[in-house]
Amino acid sequence: MTATIETPRSPRTVQKSRVNFEKWGWIYMRASGVVLVVLIFGHLFVNLVAGVGVKAIDFGFVGGKLSQPFWQIWDTLLLWLALIHGSNGMRTIVNDYASNPVVRRILNVALLASAVLLILLGTLVIYTFDPCPAGSPAELLPSLCKNR
Amino acid sequence: MSEKSAGALAAPLPDKQFPTPKISAPRMPRGTLYRGREGMWSWVLHRITGVAIFFFLLVHILDTSLVRLSPEAYNAVIDQYKTPIMGLGEAGLVAAIGFHALNGLRIILIDFWSVGTKHQRLMFWIAVGVWAVLMAGFLPRQLMHIFGGA
Repeated sequence: MTATIETPRSPRTVQKSRVNFEKWGWIYMRASGVVLVVLIFGHLFVNLVAGVGVKAIDFGFVGGKLSQPFWQIWDTLLLWLALIHGSNGMRTIVNDYASNPVVRRILNVALLASAVLLILLGTLVIYTFDPCPAGSPAELLPSLCKNR
Repeated sequence: MSEKSAGALAAPLPDKQFPTPKISAPRMPRGTLYRGREGMWSWVLHRITGVAIFFFLLVHILDTSLVRLSPEAYNAVIDQYKTPIMGLGEAGLVAAIGFHALNGLRIILIDFWSVGTKHQRLMFWIAVGVWAVLMAGFLPRQLMHIFGGA
């Protein structure tokens, strides 16, 4: 094995074309944060404050919401932006406190895996969800259903 | 450099423009600019609320995914959110989200607003004030919904 030793005082060779992921992560936290304030405050108002609050939430309520493109897009944005924001924040905390490289690696891989899995699951649920499943008791279904 | 300009530089500063600051001895040890002050506590609270919201988010995506399974499964799980204990938990969750959101906006202002760092302490108290107003609006409504019957 041979090692290349640079001539003294030669210019530092850094890969210039590499993307600075930490910089983009930093920017992402702020950009997504602003959008999330609007999305989450809207989400909380509609689900917890308006009407009878949390007691209104059941399959009929969610089915009625998720059958509209407006709430589909709202919830998709919420899912992606919030979970990536949260996972990246947890990664920051893991990197701060997990001093053992093996533990750090395990925790970060677990964060990545859970984020990818839940984003896929959530997106699949939003777009393959049937608000009027056949054979379900009519009183549990949203009012838009024909089989109600 | 001419002798005249060098003399001007060396001349003592006028007392009116730069009066000697009067510093009284602190009654208690004050620590540092950061430790134990608004800056540190906003950081601590941002972390704690962030971790709490993250773990709720994991559970919340899973429980909402039950709509794909069956109306009965979703209703059975979501009914647990309507109990008094979970209702109080929701109040805590909203309190955590409210602080994290407002302090997050403060962090953005510190980073991007030219005088953000100068006003960071004031902005912390503004965030706490706005949070208190939001919670004063939300809490009675939430308690009404949980304990109001029906």
